[in-house]
Amino acid sequence: MTLSLVLFALGVGLISLLLVLNKQLQDNFDKNLAGIDLIIGAKGSPLQMILCSMYHIDNPTGNVSIKEIKPFLNPKHPLIEKAVPMSMGDSHKGYRIVGTNHDLLEFYNAKVGEGSAWSKTMEVTIGAVVANELNMKIGDTFKSSHGLVRDDNLVHDDSEDLKVVGVLQPTGSVIDQLILTNTQSIWAVHEGHAHDMENDSLAHNHSDAPKSLLEEDETKEITSVLIKFKGHNYQALNMGRSINENTDMQAATPAIELNRLHSQMDIGTKALNMLAWIIVFVSGLSVFISLFSSLKDRKYELALMRVMGATPEKLFILILLEGLMLAVLGYIIGMAMGHIGMEILAGHMRDTYRYSFSGKEFLTEEFYVLIGALGVGLLAAIIPAFQARNTDISETLSKG
Amino acid sequence: MLKTKDLQYSYDSSNALRFPDINCDKGAHWLLIGQSGCGKTTLLHLLGGLLTPNSGSVTIANTNLNALGSSKLDQFRGKNIGIIFQKSHFVKALTVGENLGLAQQLAGEKIDKARTQALLDRLNLGHKFNSKPSSLSQGEQQRVAIARALINKPAVILADEPTSALDDTNTDEVIKLLEEAAAEVNATLLVVTHDNRLKERFKNQIQL
Repeated sequence: MTLSLVLFALGVGLISLLLVLNKQLQDNFDKNLAGIDLIIGAKGSPLQMILCSMYHIDNPTGNVSIKEIKPFLNPKHPLIEKAVPMSMGDSHKGYRIVGTNHDLLEFYNAKVGEGSAWSKTMEVTIGAVVANELNMKIGDTFKSSHGLVRDDNLVHDDSEDLKVVGVLQPTGSVIDQLILTNTQSIWAVHEGHAHDMENDSLAHNHSDAPKSLLEEDETKEITSVLIKFKGHNYQALNMGRSINENTDMQAATPAIELNRLHSQMDIGTKALNMLAWIIVFVSGLSVFISLFSSLKDRKYELALMRVMGATPEKLFILILLEGLMLAVLGYIIGMAMGHIGMEILAGHMRDTYRYSFSGKEFLTEEFYVLIGALGVGLLAAIIPAFQARNTDISETLSKG
Repeated sequence: MLKTKDLQYSYDSSNALRFPDINCDKGAHWLLIGQSGCGKTTLLHLLGGLLTPNSGSVTIANTNLNALGSSKLDQFRGKNIGIIFQKSHFVKALTVGENLGLAQQLAGEKIDKARTQALLDRLNLGHKFNSKPSSLSQGEQQRVAIARALINKPAVILADEPTSALDDTNTDEVIKLLEEAAAEVNATLLVVTHDNRLKERFKNQIQL
């Protein structure tokens, strides 16, 4: 009986874990879609570009020069409502630094909580999670490091300090995890060594608001551009293809790429889900077998209860309840296992992806799992229950 | 109180068992004696409503058992008939006290712990209230079985070979206990046995 219970709980736990994990993955992906219609960046994997530019969990595919990307940054472009440049590659203690403009805040509906949004080069505004986790506040300074990993050897030692001027309100989206600054700051960090030589130009930049990217040196590079169309007309939809065919850059539609990703993950989750239900049904079978064989030992007890006044229906319900109680118990243990498992997993995933996952979220679907579990319990108990109901008392008792 | 008329039962079509008519008064003690294989247990099961006769009738406390529906019969048996089987069996997972409580509950009575305790005390088992039946000796188990048969103050107590495994001293004790207990609730006692030692103890006897 214990084995059946453990099996049952295992199946339920796995189902609950998959449900919660799937839901939270989907939530995290959808929340960060942020109405972005198209991403333009260097050629490579479109999914990688999206994971990098939108979800910040992968490395850039490369850089594109201002010269190439300039037409799309032009505010007069007939199809584009908003184009947000993204420069990536640096981080601070595992949190990514992004060189961009204030339009990014609009994409994610982010508002400045304390201080202000960055305006001058080397000023940064940090997301709520960054402020919280790294215990950073306005006025703090730090040096960025190369890549996304925490490694003291990769710190840009000779560059100037970045200075926190503002903290964003929490949004629940990926922007909470970012350190935002202007594109020029990213360039300045990497050109930092030249600080002394180009004293006039760079030092000059720091005190003023930076130039528009359209006026910058055309050989400079950024990582990608997030684009929102004015309307979803034929021309807009064709723009991506035309970029892919006619330029050295690539364009990707997040909705399409994410759908592809979802459907790929779906096969995996579906298979796991099926496996979990198979485990539940096998455990149901095991409950059935153990109930059935325990009836042989308890036949006399059942006959005795009949002698004491129990009706056949009472015995039927008794055995049925036994199956249902096992199912409920298995469900409770399974749910506990699933959610504790998710909490542990969430800790790892937070560390790896810096996204918010939690084992404390309960779903309506899990209530349906309870109904399914009760169904399996009922199914497993019904034949033994009939058996108990039809016990021949006289025969059983005289065999003693 | 306990009456049978033209009772007949057959396990297969070839040979039917016929039983003599029985008529026991309220509170009377009867011995039903017969050799092995003559249908003693079958008769006991017929009297307890565990078997349905092919023909004839069993009447207990003015109720014709054969006229009751299956569920009604179960209820009636629980309330009015106490049966002590040859071998004592209990619900293994429950304690002695709980087994007696279950007998009350299944008969549709309230669980009366005080009565259970008093009854166990009477049978020198008061300290076994919270023990598991399996931890008791054979003799103790039989006394618990007697207590279970008495708990609902039945109109009729049926005992199937209560002394077959006992020596003379214990046989005397058990029969005395049964008689006393039956007398206490003014129940009709019917002991079914092949044990000739009991012949001298009962004035009312039926030979099968």
